[in-house]
Amino acid sequence: MTWTEIKKQIKSKFGKKILKWFEHNDNRIYVDINPADLVEFAQYIFKELKARFIIASGVDTPRGGIEILYHFDFFQLPQVFSLRVFLKKPEIEVESLSSVIAGTKWIEREIHELLGVNFKNHPDLKHLILPEDWPEGNYPLRRDQ
Amino acid sequence: MGLKLKALTKSPWVYHLSTGSCNNCDIEILDCLTPRFDLERLGIVLVGSPRHADALLVTGNMTIKSMKRAKEVYNQMPKPGVVIAIGTCSLGHGVFDGSYVMPKTVDEVLPVDIYIPGCPPKPEGIIAGVAKLLTMLRQKA
Amino acid sequence: MSEIIPIGPYHPLQEEPEFFKLHVEGERVIKLDIEIGYNHRGIEKLAESKSWDQVVFLVERICGICSTSHPAASINAMEDLGGIEAPERAQYIRTIICELERVHSHLLWLGLAGHFIGYNTVWMWAWKYREIVCDVLEKVTGNRQSYAMFKAGGVRRDILEDDIPWILKKMDELKPSIDMFLGAVSDDPVIHARTKGVGILTKQQAIDYCVVGPTARPSGIAIDVRKDDPYFAYDWVDWDIVVLEEGDVFAKTACRILEMKESVKIIEQCLEKMKPGIIDLHITELPAGEGIGRAEAPRGEVYHYCLSDGSNFPARYKVRAPSYTNILSNEVACEGQTVADAALVLAAVDPCYCCTERIVIVDDDNNSEKVISGNDLIKLSHNKTEKIIKELGIK
Repeated sequence: MTWTEIKKQIKSKFGKKILKWFEHNDNRIYVDINPADLVEFAQYIFKELKARFIIASGVDTPRGGIEILYHFDFFQLPQVFSLRVFLKKPEIEVESLSSVIAGTKWIEREIHELLGVNFKNHPDLKHLILPEDWPEGNYPLRRDQ
Repeated sequence: MGLKLKALTKSPWVYHLSTGSCNNCDIEILDCLTPRFDLERLGIVLVGSPRHADALLVTGNMTIKSMKRAKEVYNQMPKPGVVIAIGTCSLGHGVFDGSYVMPKTVDEVLPVDIYIPGCPPKPEGIIAGVAKLLTMLRQKA
Repeated sequence: MSEIIPIGPYHPLQEEPEFFKLHVEGERVIKLDIEIGYNHRGIEKLAESKSWDQVVFLVERICGICSTSHPAASINAMEDLGGIEAPERAQYIRTIICELERVHSHLLWLGLAGHFIGYNTVWMWAWKYREIVCDVLEKVTGNRQSYAMFKAGGVRRDILEDDIPWILKKMDELKPSIDMFLGAVSDDPVIHARTKGVGILTKQQAIDYCVVGPTARPSGIAIDVRKDDPYFAYDWVDWDIVVLEEGDVFAKTACRILEMKESVKIIEQCLEKMKPGIIDLHITELPAGEGIGRAEAPRGEVYHYCLSDGSNFPARYKVRAPSYTNILSNEVACEGQTVADAALVLAAVDPCYCCTERIVIVDDDNNSEKVISGNDLIKLSHNKTEKIIKELGIK
């Protein structure tokens, strides 16, 4: 499939669920969606459109919440497609993608311990890179740390 | 005591310990064993267990997770033994200074006898540093 | 009844600290637990307090072996952010450095793998030829590792015209050695016995775990950032990506050796095609926005994401090294392997962390603890090799 076809399919399948579609340039696309729609989007992109999950990156924004970007690519195509969800404080949680994409297991643990995001239904949300005895509530990548 | 130190300086067996490094220094240490530099002709042998070691080659930043294990490894090394800190990170964190997972430097956790700076130090530098240490020890013994 | 064999966190087989717990039944591995983090240095947080220029130096020290791939992805991210296109000569120089590093990294891995199987001569030969590459790098950049060559908008140092014939001569010295390794690996029955059919990662598993690089390509997945999302000079020269089907340790080894051949091809073409010109645009600021940069490290795709608020410091910097995804795939690749083979499988993804050493065998039923040194694990592997040599009747 070409990138134009992929774009058409995503837009026609999700319509209004796409809150914002921003193309920084030909190869970098950022799409804002509701956290509640994340699993549906991820399932479609990963299973139907056969995308590859690259990584997820979380950032503590000054707008009162944490933003997570899920980065995908489509194998032989140069485009990087990033899904953005905004999680308002104080209930910073979103559904885990680990049942859909095995490759998200570790990064969800990492975002959990570095930013304090709760990934609902993740099989094992224990520490990944910080030591076991790291103080509870200390999230190194939060702005107030 | 004098006898062990003498034996140590003749043919030190070294154990390589990385406490959270980028691996540059570790590769250069292993490089010292390759035919070009060939540490073994000087009697220096890399061993697989600190229980057989006379010297500890430490690289890395001493991250929180490695601290406990670094101390364990040091305790397993039969004394007298020497600790050689290799690379800028083991001197004082280098570019990683200020990170939240490095509360201490290597010499605040282990008693370092000699520091070899460099990022990474070239194999020639490592050999020169080790040779300096051996000379120092021979003068002591 | 299962025993747990932890490998790590300091193991001489690997270069980096990670902790693998093998749950075994008899000789076979039934489950693998992986614990990382010994090498976590808080780089992403540190990057927020460094200027854009300093970030490149910081990321260079994420990993020593692929020390150029992180700066490559980093400047790709910054150039993506700012819409910057570096000058042509700079792109060629960048490509040459990246490919030299690929050769040095694969030779390094080959040596370690040989050492583990019990072929110490392979280790010595591989690292001896690696010295040729280190010499070229030292000539061009001033250092054997950590080259400090890359910056957003260009490179810091030029390759002198006078040095080019010398570099080409060194490449000519490398070529027969790569052929020698290829021949050795293809012909040696012991290497075949130790690596063929061992640690297979099927194509579907590779897709599910989203692996990259020489962990994905030997399982039939044709991804390579240099072809898919071309950067630097990769689409100005002629080369092929290496894709194999079997997914075992043998395929991973062959893949890396064949990639080295392609790398030498790329270097020679770049040196030939390079024209005189400027090497740096002297960029002094980056706009607000987001940038994503990728590079193909020797281990796979390196991915950097940066968020800028227009100031001199990144507001957020995300790094994903290829081993992050590749190591998790060991969960499935190790199942069913023997302990001696499992350690080889773990090494076959070329993990990029830091070293390990002691092994403890915990007998769940008896609650007794036996400490085995790292040397003994290597002995297990060497014993298996010797047994195979005897069985095949080789002298």
